[in-house]
Amino acid sequence: MEERKLMRGNEVIAEAAIRAGCQCYFAYPITPQAELLEHMAKNMPRLGRTFVQAESELGAINMVYGAAAAGVRAMTSSSSPGISLKQEGISYIAGANLPAVIVNMMRGGPGLGDIAPAQGDYFQATKGGGHGDYHMIVLAPSTVPEAGELTMLAFDLADKYRTPVMILADGMLGQMMEPVALPDPIDPASLPKKEWALTGAKGRDPNIILSFDLDPEVLKRMNLELQRKYHDIEQNELRYEEYQTDDADIVIAAYGTVARIAKTVVRMARADGIKLGLFRPITLWPFPYDKLRTVADRVDTILTVEMSAGQMWEDVRLAVAERAHTPFYGEMGGVVTTPNKILSEVKKYAG
Amino acid sequence: MAKGVVVIDEDRCKGCGLCIAACPQHVLDFSEKINKSGYNYAYMKYPEKCVGCAFCAMTCPDVAIEVYREKVAA
Amino acid sequence: MPVNTENMIKVFGRPKSMTDVRSTYCPGCHHGILTRIIAQTIDELGIADRTVTIAPVGCAVFAYLWYKCDAVQASHGRASAVATGIKRANPKLIVLSYQGDGDFASIGTAESIHAANRGENITVIFVNNQVYGMTGGEMAPTTLIGQRTTTTPAGRDPGYFGYPIRFSELIATLDAPVYVTRQALYDTRRIMDAEKAIKKAFTYQVEGKGYSLVEVLSTCPTNWHMSPVDANRHVTEVVTKAFPLGDMVDRG
Repeated sequence: MEERKLMRGNEVIAEAAIRAGCQCYFAYPITPQAELLEHMAKNMPRLGRTFVQAESELGAINMVYGAAAAGVRAMTSSSSPGISLKQEGISYIAGANLPAVIVNMMRGGPGLGDIAPAQGDYFQATKGGGHGDYHMIVLAPSTVPEAGELTMLAFDLADKYRTPVMILADGMLGQMMEPVALPDPIDPASLPKKEWALTGAKGRDPNIILSFDLDPEVLKRMNLELQRKYHDIEQNELRYEEYQTDDADIVIAAYGTVARIAKTVVRMARADGIKLGLFRPITLWPFPYDKLRTVADRVDTILTVEMSAGQMWEDVRLAVAERAHTPFYGEMGGVVTTPNKILSEVKKYAG
Repeated sequence: MAKGVVVIDEDRCKGCGLCIAACPQHVLDFSEKINKSGYNYAYMKYPEKCVGCAFCAMTCPDVAIEVYREKVAA
Repeated sequence: MPVNTENMIKVFGRPKSMTDVRSTYCPGCHHGILTRIIAQTIDELGIADRTVTIAPVGCAVFAYLWYKCDAVQASHGRASAVATGIKRANPKLIVLSYQGDGDFASIGTAESIHAANRGENITVIFVNNQVYGMTGGEMAPTTLIGQRTTTTPAGRDPGYFGYPIRFSELIATLDAPVYVTRQALYDTRRIMDAEKAIKKAFTYQVEGKGYSLVEVLSTCPTNWHMSPVDANRHVTEVVTKAFPLGDMVDRG
């Protein structure tokens, strides 16, 4: 562990990827994640690793597909419109059981939207934005140090389950500076060997990587294997944070940047005598349904707050299943909510 | 006397006829019989004329033809 | 019919790096000839144990079945980007991106041009048969003027559908590619030329020289509604007028 340094979110994710042993990074410039690309451009070649500025998001995600198939840790990053372009490749990566890390620094949408922070890509990230029955693990950091930790975790989970993993954050986290101490770098050579990878069929049968079979029965079996994997992930990889929920009457459900703001609101509300808590999913997929349901059994109201029209809200309502009131408050278009605004929402449901 | 001989994998052959057209000695023709896949496969109609040039094998899209040549005495 | 080959020398057989899997191509389709040439080249260069082939979308989607080599199937048009990822991840691998005209010259236009422009040290085999075979004979970017397809039932009208694209010529304008050539397989002389070109392309990659593109004019007897022999004649007499054969760039 190094000394703490003041670093920007985008840089921390890039540096954490390098320390996780990411050997290939491919991306196309887009605001607000350009610093990530620039950090990689500066540092990957210096380490003898690969940085390619791709011709497009499609190019970048398919280079990741190739590098992942060749057995190295690979990553791409973008922001909302660029992530839409990557969906084809993400579906292929999921279908072909390849490990890859994809960073989405969300911005306002739909369409070109703007370049301000937003959370409108929750559905796309958690429900499978591309075609077919697949999921990817979605990790949502709410602080800059956590962005670093989750990026390193993302590579481990990707390899462990041979699945795409997304870091879902927003432009605010990408631009924000906080003191961070990153762990020591992992030597890529020390990582477990990937026996399935395309390394040349020397002294073994050829390895074939695909997401394809024309026989519906075979494709069904391939799908069932994927579903089994998703079940394992749901059993083993749920991550969430509860903050002052033990005695709470009202709990805010929020992730990422909004959860960070909501923590301040919890302190403000408690100063006003309102027993407010925070439930923060860290894995958005798998979503901690059961855990949130047990919280719902103890409280009157679970207020979902997002920078969207109410996307995670659907998962919250699925989890709560009418055990508590489930109102929603959201901002859109890149408008970042404030502690005072959230507090006045909370007060509507207090007492 | 033939200088060459071709061995055609009858079941691999799809009866496209490219080998027949490519053979400069007009050795090959379509068989009247069909193979497992229902194709009239190619066969050596005039084996005595084969010189083992391998043109048939080079043009065969199904890589169904092996070509042998007589050993030339030293 | 059993044939006596005792005391004879085998002068032509199935390449060692080719599997026994039966080809899925239609009778007379040139994809099969090309597959044999590639396998033979892999044998001659002794690179089967470090070659990775990329199967595209289209008639060649099963290309991962033909060689005793590692392989990956790529999404439609992205094979050159996938090749980039593989080669950059492990430069010791010999990477073959095998792509049809729709894949390489239409939906994959950006990936194709930019892999070439970066001078990726890969070999691209670009099969130009002027039609979408797998989906039922629709217009390809390379469909000839006047050619009838299922989406140009009255023939390709260039004023409406544009002209057949000479994609290799576009690639040949770039500074990075070391070898760009157009070959054909309609007779044994052309097949021998194509063998030499493909061997050269792979050799350049083995030597680390950079990007090679071998376009191969292929037939599609099924969707051209011609016999395989007539289809060969069509390539000779018509297709090569629109797509002239020969080397465009050789900086090896």
